[in-house]
Amino acid sequence: MSDVTPAAERRPLLRMSGVRKTYDTGAVKVEALRGIDLAVYPGDYVAIMGPSGSGKSTLMHIIGCLDVPSEGSYLLDGAEVAQLDETELAQIRNRRVGFVFQQFNLLASMTALRNVELPLVYAGVGKAERRRRATEALQRVGLGNRLDHRPGELSGGQQQRVSVARALVTEPTLILADEPTGNLDSVSTRDVLTLLDELHDAGRTIVLITHEADVAAHAAIRWRIDDGLLSETDLPPAASGPEEGGRHGLG
Amino acid sequence: MGWGETFRTALESLNGRRLRSLLTMLGILIGIAAVMLTVGLGDGARREIDRQINNLGSNLLIVAPGSGTSLSGVRTAGGGSSLTLADAAAIADPAVAPDVAGVAPVVSTQGAAKWGTNDWTTLVTGTNVAWQSVRARVLGDGRFFTADEQDRAETVAVLGPNTAARLFGTTPAVGQRITLNDQQFTVIGVLASVGSSSMTNDDDTIVVPISTFAQRLSGSTNTQAVNVIYVGARDADSISAAHQEITRALTARHATTEANRDFSIITFEALMNALNTTTAVLSTLLSGIAAISLVVGGIGVMNIMLVSVSERVREIGLRKALGATPALIRRQFLVEAAILGLLGGLLGVVAGIAGAAALTPILNLEVSVSVPATLVALGVSLSVGLIAGVYPATRAAKLAPIDALRSE
Repeated sequence: MSDVTPAAERRPLLRMSGVRKTYDTGAVKVEALRGIDLAVYPGDYVAIMGPSGSGKSTLMHIIGCLDVPSEGSYLLDGAEVAQLDETELAQIRNRRVGFVFQQFNLLASMTALRNVELPLVYAGVGKAERRRRATEALQRVGLGNRLDHRPGELSGGQQQRVSVARALVTEPTLILADEPTGNLDSVSTRDVLTLLDELHDAGRTIVLITHEADVAAHAAIRWRIDDGLLSETDLPPAASGPEEGGRHGLG
Repeated sequence: MGWGETFRTALESLNGRRLRSLLTMLGILIGIAAVMLTVGLGDGARREIDRQINNLGSNLLIVAPGSGTSLSGVRTAGGGSSLTLADAAAIADPAVAPDVAGVAPVVSTQGAAKWGTNDWTTLVTGTNVAWQSVRARVLGDGRFFTADEQDRAETVAVLGPNTAARLFGTTPAVGQRITLNDQQFTVIGVLASVGSSSMTNDDDTIVVPISTFAQRLSGSTNTQAVNVIYVGARDADSISAAHQEITRALTARHATTEANRDFSIITFEALMNALNTTTAVLSTLLSGIAAISLVVGGIGVMNIMLVSVSERVREIGLRKALGATPALIRRQFLVEAAILGLLGGLLGVVAGIAGAAALTPILNLEVSVSVPATLVALGVSLSVGLIAGVYPATRAAKLAPIDALRSE
């Protein structure tokens, strides 16, 4: 895997080796992931593409510590995640991962500011500090003038920017975006992708899950997942259209 | 996440579902209000019984002729009563009945009183000086008659407060002369009110010395007969001893056996116990209803919390994704359930106080709400909420974040 980064000697932020995930639904055993090996280095911008049913969501859940692998090892920032319990996983998610969801997943009853504060609440950050950091994060995504708006009073693009602010606010190791533009119009899509590009330029590590090639094109590294196995895709950065480019088999 | 934030979040969530939260609290509200009213009614009834019995005279025994248990003791003088002044004198002898503190034989008749143009017919009681202490009566104005006046059979009268009001209106009664069955009497005192009692009307009567009664008012030639003898025991603990002593003395004097005796003795211990038992049974019954209501209320809280958990699966998933530990999620839902319980309890206390205030005039009974009962009620409602919240909160805590986020 080290061939995907120029500095192979750096310590990877994410390293999976032999990760398998099997769902046992009584009669049928479904192998969602069939041996994933990957490494993501600090500052990488990775897109993972794949059709539905490819294991894309399962991989995203494991990367985001929402789920644990059935087999194999997953190191996040040097910590082995595979064996952690629910409470430890919650703490890892809180400190290391910032999520951006397709459905935004903002709490409708809370203002933008309170939504962005939420991860800090669970991190035990004090009120004043929370407020300051959440305000900064919202200013960073260009919503400094929308602090007290509730999600219902914001456009889809603005809501997704609130959710990007929420992902940023804890200064996480990794920003994990799951189809972040799936529910947005083209203008908002460009806004959000530009925002992610800026974050990448500022040194953030981003993993983007998408099925759209032109969204994936923003990432420097693009992988494809099919039937629970990962491969590289050599789609040129500016390309658009169906991503049926040739694949290199990976482990 | 601090407790303050937990409470804030819980209140926000309940506030977002105001109607549902209120309806959920209704079960607890009714239960707590019922508990408060039950305790209040029980206390009020007990106090009322105590008050009425104390009004009759503390440590009172009533010796009545015949084997019946009529409480009124009202019979026309000489109507074949088996009790005599000599019986009263015997009971009053400390050698015979050492546990007796006072003996007041009573004769009575209907009497027509007149003052000027006012007239009023009421019960005229002839008794001795011991009556005042045995019946625990206080003078509102003037004085009671003395042993001297009794010995000389003077025409003095003490009026009940209602009688005085009927005859004199607002004019001070003491010192006035009234006509009672065509005899002249001087009013020397007016009794203080003891309030209405279900047993006798003690505020509407005219009390005169028993000797005067025999000479001037009694229609009977048998001046020795009495209607009833009131006996005061030395204290509450000596009532049953006094009872035995009187029974022994009178059985011997009347040359009869205990089985065929021609008198009866009424004490209020038995009556009080019977009434207290009734009150206790009633309280137990109402407490049972209240307990059932609280259980139903608790189930209501549990039910609504389960609905809340399934409605908020996405929210729970999101909170978990953002770093909420299972323990924090459990605490969140427990606090919500506890607030539902406690708020329901608070509303129940308010309803209980309002109910007590509304019932007091209707039942003519002081329905009071005690502070300890209120605190216990609030504690119970909080516990009901907490207990009802355990299962829904545990379910919320156990939700897998991916399942929670996936649900639509």
